Amino acid sequence: MTPTTTRAADGVRPPGGTTPGKATPGTRPAPAAGRRQGRRETLAGYLFLTPWCVGILLLTLGPMLVSLYLAFTDYNLFDSPKWIGFKNFQDLFADDRWWTSVQVTLKYVLIGTPLKLAVALAVALLLVKPRKGQGFYRSAFYAPSLIGASVSIGVVWRAIFNDDAVVDKSMSLFGWDVGGWIGDPDWALPTLITLTVWQFGAPMVIFLAGLKQVPGELYEAAEMDGAGRWRRFRSITLPMISPVLFFNLLLELIHSFQVFTSAVVIAGSGTNTGGPGDSLLVYGWYLYEQGFRNLRMGYAAAMAWMLMLGIGLVTAVLFKTQRGWVHYEEDAR
Amino acid sequence: MSAASLTVGRRRVRSVIWHVGALAVLAVILYPVVWVIGGSFKPGDQIVGSLQLLPTDPITDNYRRLSDGIADVPISTFFTNSLLLAVGSVVGVLFSCSLAAYAFARIRFAGRNALFTLMISTLLLPFQVLIIPQYILFQKLHLINTYVPLLLGKYLAADAFFVFLMVQFMRGLPRELDEAARLDGCGHLRIYWNIVLPLCRPALITSAIFTFIWSWNDFIGPLLYLNEPDKYTVSLGLKLFIDQDSVADYGGMVAMSLVALLPVLLFFLAFQRYLVEGAATSGLKG
Repeated sequence: MTPTTTRAADGVRPPGGTTPGKATPGTRPAPAAGRRQGRRETLAGYLFLTPWCVGILLLTLGPMLVSLYLAFTDYNLFDSPKWIGFKNFQDLFADDRWWTSVQVTLKYVLIGTPLKLAVALAVALLLVKPRKGQGFYRSAFYAPSLIGASVSIGVVWRAIFNDDAVVDKSMSLFGWDVGGWIGDPDWALPTLITLTVWQFGAPMVIFLAGLKQVPGELYEAAEMDGAGRWRRFRSITLPMISPVLFFNLLLELIHSFQVFTSAVVIAGSGTNTGGPGDSLLVYGWYLYEQGFRNLRMGYAAAMAWMLMLGIGLVTAVLFKTQRGWVHYEEDAR
Repeated sequence: MSAASLTVGRRRVRSVIWHVGALAVLAVILYPVVWVIGGSFKPGDQIVGSLQLLPTDPITDNYRRLSDGIADVPISTFFTNSLLLAVGSVVGVLFSCSLAAYAFARIRFAGRNALFTLMISTLLLPFQVLIIPQYILFQKLHLINTYVPLLLGKYLAADAFFVFLMVQFMRGLPRELDEAARLDGCGHLRIYWNIVLPLCRPALITSAIFTFIWSWNDFIGPLLYLNEPDKYTVSLGLKLFIDQDSVADYGGMVAMSLVALLPVLLFFLAFQRYLVEGAATSGLKG
């Protein structure tokens, strides 16, 4: 193999090369060798990428095309798909339960995400100053993020928010009598939202990493100018961590739109699918129900694409607005 | 008292207040975990209604009942299945994602940037778009009720998060290492295996632990693809338990919940530093 520097692979060929095979550090191979090297690098690149390439074609791009096609068909898994044009989408807009699932999911996302991020940021601020046991607190607060998505925690949530269970009884002690959380259509969704907020540890550690980057001099200078705590938070901390906030927001939103396991487990088992009065009928579950229980694969594919459109729209809006509130270091210079 | 010792005293008081506050928040946060541990040792009728966190006389009945199994399947079967899937997933992710990451991070080839962008954009893709065609694909291949659908993606680097994590890490390694190795006549395979992989240990460990935990917690995958109880994972076994007994056996349900959580909790205790740092650097979700 021709020894060469990696830079030669770019096709950057300086004039007057040395004989290939005898190159020493600092010398570059002849033009022809460079081109050959480039091809060899490309071959090596694709060889290393073979599993990934197969994966993306077989499990991502291919399925995307198929689901796009299915969205315009009537398909039950057994008979061949029948092209029906936009009928699935028309049916969606006329489907009350679809609208319910959209509403439930939007409520979950729009209330849960800001709450979760606020708690994550508050705890991160609490933990940012170096203190004894900081590592312990960081880890302990992070733990729920790991187990929160499991069926087990869904079961636990169901049990502690049950009618007359721990949460209900504790609240009654304070004179706040809801009388059944999961059984009550008005309180089932807030129960699910508390479970999301409970998993604030993952965005918290990202906030912590961001907060550590804020230069201390800024606070000292502001303090000298007589800026109070709140002022310092608003004028220094928030702008300085806005890229991290943006990242967390994006990730949480995309993640929340796809909520499934916790909603299903809290909603209950068997045939009772959407919780009391469909108050826990999240989008992911309704899609599953239509596709895999009712075998309306085309309809579910149309639902999936509407979800993708929704997530794409939210992502696009976020990226559009970030100029207004996300401050990157380079802008300031 | 001097002014200096006064400020020291004030600082100490503040520190104590801080710790009391932090511990109070922590108590609320970890309440459900303690609740499930305590509940698993209580008789069924004292679990839901009682405000008491820990049992007055701990019993082990709930666990004894679990050992009879669920729907004629012993608990150990669910555990073996979950373990098999989790370990199989870890091997696959480490192998395929590190290969792809090496290509993206260390090889300059035509089309690299475009493919990298494609890889990153799959992070935004909701899984719901893919599950229906994937299900149809595996159904046509007669692979329903096998572990292939649950494992194949892991061997084909479908988890873009881990590829991204490893790329970021590999980019941080000094280029001089490769260049020196190339001068010694090493090809990419040798550089990948002998130089880059050993140096990537932290990224590999983080990916391995997260893969294990996610695979263990996975619910929708097994729910879609497995339909015989003796192939079920722990998550599905737990669901089966809830479906079967509805609210009748709270003790067993809580015990099973804890048993299902146990490996994740143990992993967490053993590797919490890696997990927290891995999450902070890559934005991994739990």
